[in-house]
Amino acid sequence: MSDDSDRKRRPDGGTATERNRGEELFADIDLRREHLKNRAFLGLIFAASMFGVVALALLLLDVVTDFYVGITEFEISLIQFFTVDGSRRPENAGFFGAIIASVMLMALTAVLSFFVGVGAAIYLEEYAPNNRITRLIKANLSNLAGVPSIVYGLLVLAALVNGIGVGPILLAGSVALALLVMPIIIVSAQEAIRAVPDGVRNGSYATGATKWQTIRQVVLPSAMPGILTGTILALARAIGETAPLLMVGALFVNRTPFGPFDRFSGMPTQIYAWAAEPSQHFIHLAAVGIVVLLTILLSMNAVAVYLRNKYETAV
Amino acid sequence: MSTDTNPGPGITGDAAATDAKQRNKRARQVLFGCAAFTVLTTLAIFFVLIDNAVSYFYGARATEMIFLGVEPQSAVGLIEFLNVRELLAGEARWAPEHATPSHNAWPIIFGTLAITVGAAFVSIPIGTATALYVSEYASPQVRSKLKPTLEVLAGIPTIVYGYFAIAFINPVVLGPIAGLFGINIGRYSMLSGMLVVGIMTIPMVSSISEDAMQAVPDDLRNGAYALGATKYDVSVSVVTPAAISGIFASYILAVSRAIGETMAVTLAAGFNANITANPFSEIMTMTAYMVSMARGTSAIGTIEYQSLFAVGLVLFCMTLVMNLLNDWFKRRFQEEYR
Repeated sequence: MSDDSDRKRRPDGGTATERNRGEELFADIDLRREHLKNRAFLGLIFAASMFGVVALALLLLDVVTDFYVGITEFEISLIQFFTVDGSRRPENAGFFGAIIASVMLMALTAVLSFFVGVGAAIYLEEYAPNNRITRLIKANLSNLAGVPSIVYGLLVLAALVNGIGVGPILLAGSVALALLVMPIIIVSAQEAIRAVPDGVRNGSYATGATKWQTIRQVVLPSAMPGILTGTILALARAIGETAPLLMVGALFVNRTPFGPFDRFSGMPTQIYAWAAEPSQHFIHLAAVGIVVLLTILLSMNAVAVYLRNKYETAV
Repeated sequence: MSTDTNPGPGITGDAAATDAKQRNKRARQVLFGCAAFTVLTTLAIFFVLIDNAVSYFYGARATEMIFLGVEPQSAVGLIEFLNVRELLAGEARWAPEHATPSHNAWPIIFGTLAITVGAAFVSIPIGTATALYVSEYASPQVRSKLKPTLEVLAGIPTIVYGYFAIAFINPVVLGPIAGLFGINIGRYSMLSGMLVVGIMTIPMVSSISEDAMQAVPDDLRNGAYALGATKYDVSVSVVTPAAISGIFASYILAVSRAIGETMAVTLAAGFNANITANPFSEIMTMTAYMVSMARGTSAIGTIEYQSLFAVGLVLFCMTLVMNLLNDWFKRRFQEEYR
């Protein structure tokens, strides 16, 4: 393979005692060109890896600049922004309803996806025999993780919103998000359960405990920090998802939802509604909304990292 | 204690023990239900998409035809939906909601493919180079800063990328370039969609490719160094070929993500379904069409509503093929070095 071609290209260098002969042998190889090639390559891939960093910096810079311009030039009052619902008129628009909707969405999504997701992970790691059904479940799981988020929105639109006829309510949105993050929760919970050493399990079995007793009282408690970290990261993904909510019908709603059966518009859908408006005032409202969204995401990630660091050494 | 009724290990015959065993069995069944739920989700997606897509083509949903005995009638023909002759003649038009409707899906399929290919031209070279740099060249300090930065890039919601495209890339970066060619750029452009989707898929390519490169045993590298290979030779001729199936898997994942990407392309590339080679003009992807339907008020049972599911089915099948390919590559990659 590639080793063979290298051998052909470069004659055997010989040992240190044969250095003179070696130099004669190497006389036809221009080392300066090799060095130049190496340096050029390093420069190229370094520049390429900086591309992502620069893009991230530009993105954040752009959002922060627009946020600043929005507050100074368009006089978006932050107090109003956090206390008032959305509006058709930019000077009256706020983010309150969207924030409340997103928090409720996240709580419902967590309840809907956590137990089923962790249950599936326990089954796959602890119980599942190596047969065709298990392989099907595993293959299906990796496929589900790659399904576009908008398709989950279509599923809920046809099955719940119009199929059962519940309408574009908050609960329907959280079902779509729960289905979307389920594979992420399962995979991260699987990893956390796998990280529990087998010695711990065997110790429990040796005392006569059944498999379920072992899982509930030994495996789950020590895997829980990892499972929670994964769940928080998955929910952080859910809170930023826009497409499924749009398909469910969360657009152009400006009222605060009071329960899971109210119509709603979450933070990302509200940002989309603003960003799609031609008016510059709305664009800057979107920038302020994005700053709020990113701040929430960042703090969720910080909590997840803190949990991971705190418990990583304990197990 | 009677050991003769149950020869199994442990304490038998004890009421608490049998109770625990029963509970163990029940727990197993419930947990299996949880795992089976994921399969049900896939089946539900298939069922809902096909059921509703049938109503687009035959005027009634599959379930309505089977259970209610509704007669199928031809609504939109499959040939009309994927009419290649119109495509080649340049007359393909996608406008189901128009007064004179036309149901040729090629313009929006073109939109999706154009964005996907354009994004791949950004994310594949840059992502691979980043992976090579992080895996082979970067010092531990640089790596410990670069990797979290890329993770942040991967964690930013797609709507924020969409905002970045509509507020920065299109007007500030591409506007002046289009001006050089004498083109007046609108709010949306194909190129801005390609760029933004490319940027957001870089972390996918780089992190999965890097994992694959890290999995290449050091013996291979040392062997090449012993032969007098330079670092460039090792990176390009040893590590990359050895990690190639993992690298390809990352490409496929990035492409699959680009196909299904919704918010960024909607805000970047726009809502005008046309087949064009001009990178500064507005196009529409399949996902953008779905969003435009969600923005409008298309009632249930109208042909626009039904078209949503036909387009969704095409989208789902495209990503499904990509995911299966990805699975295949990953399995090959795991077999090689474990």
